[in-house]
Amino acid sequence: MKDMIIPWDEDTDFGTPAKEGKPVTLTIDGFDVTVPEGTSVMRAASEAGMQIPKLCATDSIEAFGSCRLCVVEIEGRRGTPASCTTPVADGMVVHTQSSKVKKIRKGVMELYISDHPLDCLTCSANGDCELQDMAGMVGLRDVRYEAPEGAGLANHFQTRTGAGEANPEWRPVDASNPYFSFDPSKCIVCSRCVRACEEVQGTFALTIEGRGFDSRVSAGTSLDDFLSSDCVSCGACVQACPTATLQEKSVIELGTPERSVVTTCAYCGVGCSFKAELNGDELVRMVPYKHGKANRGHSCVKGRFAYGYASHTDRILNPMIRDSVDQPWKEVSWDEALGFAASKLKGIQKEHGRRSIGVITSSRCTNEETFLVQKLARGVFLNNNTDTCARVCHSPTGYGLGQTFGTSAGTQDFDSVEKTDVVLVIGANPTDGHPVFASRLKKRLRQGAKLIVVDPRRIDLVKSAHIKAAHHLPLRPGTNVAVVTSLAHVIVTEGLMDEAYIRERCDWDEFQDYAAFVSDPRHSPEATEMLTGVPAEELRKAARLFATGGNGAIYYGLGVTEHSQGSTTVMGLANLAMMTGNVGRNGVGVNPLRGQNNVQGSCDMGSFPHELPGYRHVKLPEVREIFEQAWGVEIDPEPGLRINNMLDAAVDGSFKGIYIQGEDILQSDPDTKHVAAGLAAMECVIVHDLFLNETANYAHVFLPGSTFLEKDGTFTNAERRINMVRKVMAPRNGYADWEVTQLLANAMGAGWDYTHPREIMAEIAATTPSFAGVTYDLIEEKGSIQWPCNEAHPEGTPLMHVDAFVRGKGRFIVTEYVATDEKTGPRFPLLLTTGRILSQYNVGAQTRRTENVVWHDQDVLEIHPHDAENRGLKDGDWIRLASRSGETTLRAKVTDRVSPGVVYTTFHHPDTQANVITTDFSDWATNCPEYKVTAVQVSASNGPSEWQEDYSAQAERSRRILPAAE
Amino acid sequence: MSPDKMVRMANQIATFFKTQPGPDQSDKVAAHLRDFWDPRMREQLLSYVSDGGEGLDDLVLSAAQKI
Repeated sequence: MKDMIIPWDEDTDFGTPAKEGKPVTLTIDGFDVTVPEGTSVMRAASEAGMQIPKLCATDSIEAFGSCRLCVVEIEGRRGTPASCTTPVADGMVVHTQSSKVKKIRKGVMELYISDHPLDCLTCSANGDCELQDMAGMVGLRDVRYEAPEGAGLANHFQTRTGAGEANPEWRPVDASNPYFSFDPSKCIVCSRCVRACEEVQGTFALTIEGRGFDSRVSAGTSLDDFLSSDCVSCGACVQACPTATLQEKSVIELGTPERSVVTTCAYCGVGCSFKAELNGDELVRMVPYKHGKANRGHSCVKGRFAYGYASHTDRILNPMIRDSVDQPWKEVSWDEALGFAASKLKGIQKEHGRRSIGVITSSRCTNEETFLVQKLARGVFLNNNTDTCARVCHSPTGYGLGQTFGTSAGTQDFDSVEKTDVVLVIGANPTDGHPVFASRLKKRLRQGAKLIVVDPRRIDLVKSAHIKAAHHLPLRPGTNVAVVTSLAHVIVTEGLMDEAYIRERCDWDEFQDYAAFVSDPRHSPEATEMLTGVPAEELRKAARLFATGGNGAIYYGLGVTEHSQGSTTVMGLANLAMMTGNVGRNGVGVNPLRGQNNVQGSCDMGSFPHELPGYRHVKLPEVREIFEQAWGVEIDPEPGLRINNMLDAAVDGSFKGIYIQGEDILQSDPDTKHVAAGLAAMECVIVHDLFLNETANYAHVFLPGSTFLEKDGTFTNAERRINMVRKVMAPRNGYADWEVTQLLANAMGAGWDYTHPREIMAEIAATTPSFAGVTYDLIEEKGSIQWPCNEAHPEGTPLMHVDAFVRGKGRFIVTEYVATDEKTGPRFPLLLTTGRILSQYNVGAQTRRTENVVWHDQDVLEIHPHDAENRGLKDGDWIRLASRSGETTLRAKVTDRVSPGVVYTTFHHPDTQANVITTDFSDWATNCPEYKVTAVQVSASNGPSEWQEDYSAQAERSRRILPAAE
Repeated sequence: MSPDKMVRMANQIATFFKTQPGPDQSDKVAAHLRDFWDPRMREQLLSYVSDGGEGLDDLVLSAAQKI
């Protein structure tokens, strides 16, 4: 063991990555150190508290050995090896501070500094520069190399030579990226940025061009700048840069931060941990937290950079009310707004009954906030009319996995991907939707794991730098069940299933029924090829690979769930995992990639109208009793309305009032005209949000919301990981969202008295078995906890179903393919499918209010060249997109990423309103809308449709705000 | 909710359970409707059934007797 332990702070850079292996003991500067085999001498020294000077090494990437600053002497070995590239060996005796290595380091440093400007005091990295630190550490006191007077010079940082000529080696700053700049004059060509782009992000956008003294970092080709290159602006290069060469523009503008708070990203379901770095209450930058277990120190462009919406001028900071939606808004006090809302809601209930009002909880808000909103419905409105945006994304996951495995959540943690051998990605586009997970997946693929992609589009994972899917099954939208059942057919009929696992872990009789069902020749890939468009032989090969390739893991997204048969496909995936023995250990599993940051949490917290917190049906008296005891009310035993049912009931006149927290249903939900009709029919719509979103066009009360930077609480990510959200600044609107809900509840007479979210978590733990052991103290201690966390699993549960399924025996469920009613025909011959892109998030309310718009300032329609040519359309043309629900206009992007007959767009921009096109068809079990299949026609257009013009005029009218009364 | 939409949703549920093995499919459809449909939706279905239930799958009609 180590003789000496100097506690390092949590940001310590050990120089090279941690290794796993048998213990090896060596001596460094007289101290015994024991580390795993494969560890570098540099890391071993660092773990013992002795930092060896370094420039090109950092522990997020493999050692490179280029700067020669980390040289050491090792007894019995010749020369001075680089400690970063030298692995430890038993009995090795290392000297890190001999006079020989000190002299070498000083010489190396002197050469580096001779080609670096000495403007430290005015440099943006002043105080946060490793070059500066190392110059100090090696004791550099003098630089002897100077440019000769009146002659040319050989350096990269001066604009003019001594003779007054332009320096041909100098290059200007590349400020094309909105968030960071690249200043080549400060570059020491350590390649850390290039290696981070390759190893951490996996994009390979950067390279070193030229050789020797001509070496330079280059984004893309020599004609590119950072913005035009393949760079995805994840910021890994900025984080890896030891100097000011790659620097956040916010740091250049605001200075280096003096304090930091660890918190959780509020974008996608990956749930990355970040350090919010600040001066006072001014946020300077977000840096991915090295010890975050979901992201392991990585981030994407949204989490790291797209936080500007929090201080955007569009934010509404005062409550507002109006009697009808054709009036302008009137700013009022909180008391007046809450009194107005409460009296309206109570009036509606008095006149139209207890079940005439409801709530929508937010998957962007914290667990504690979501818990309170559903408690408002159940404990104050006394009904179960609560739903959440998971209705329109992953409700089939809840139903499907609940039926087969017995729990409504993914089975693994993200680390599990490091042990996977075959990955099946279906209906998900991780490089855009879940970028940090995608980077971790791509890393594993580069190590040799195999990939099967099932998607109508040729997504980036199918083929990109150093990644190629073994099989891409480009199915016709709407035929997921047929493809998944065919995969099972091949596995069962070719005898590739894991019989021992099935016998031990699953219901064998049900498997017999299931095996008989899938073995029917009508499920063979040859029989389904005409229907699905997937070549039979390719499907067979994919099935064989998944069944026989080692640890098989399934990752899926909304391309699975948002269909008429969404729940059936989820069950089909669970069947595939069980029959191949791929549930219950590292490297396998069924993993839903959750859309929003807290979709998992909002479901856990009882947001659905049929379930109390912890996925327990409201019909169960023993469950109701727990909450009746805790809250002192009678819980309605009947299921409430789901979002789409609420809107139907509103049109019918039996549903009149709604409180919507942090959700923009008018833009995000399908069939916009139907949503608008439902909202317009209500007497009291309360929108609680950061901005006057599209839904607020139909609202009577607006309650200003707070951002994730302005409150305490927890988010639960796609791995069931409960992460801490910490308040880094005071809420600009005056209250955290949980306080606003409490104020509304109390205005209705509830008498709640929470003073901190930890008290709400205590109530969750007291009432919900899977959260029984969760406390803020435990989360603080562990960093994060994966539920279930209770007496049986006191430290949480990284892997589910390890020895047995939660429900006991895993259940195989028959998955018959049923064609959706949404069919193409002469009027609407193409199939539209929708998705998202990297730089924008969901309805874009946040990301559209950041510089991310430089990457995506409008939704475009991807159309195959064949379909475009038939219609006389060229790239960039305005086109009209119509379905039986409605029509809109947008620009065409002609690309063979989509198959002939399929078109694709995103829903990030309200001016396009892709959801005017989508229909009200939905999943049979959960009413999750069928966003992914709409029959459409595409034709040339001159500009915005009449509907778009009417909509924007109505939106503008509806957003008027009267000046505040003096 | 429009009768067309209600009929479609109910028939979708029946279509799934029809494919499942076992003799108790109408019980399963009834249980699904009880578990996931709010009372006013079930009432609408029942009154539609008593008006003849045009377009509803036979399995929905038999399940309706059990909700």
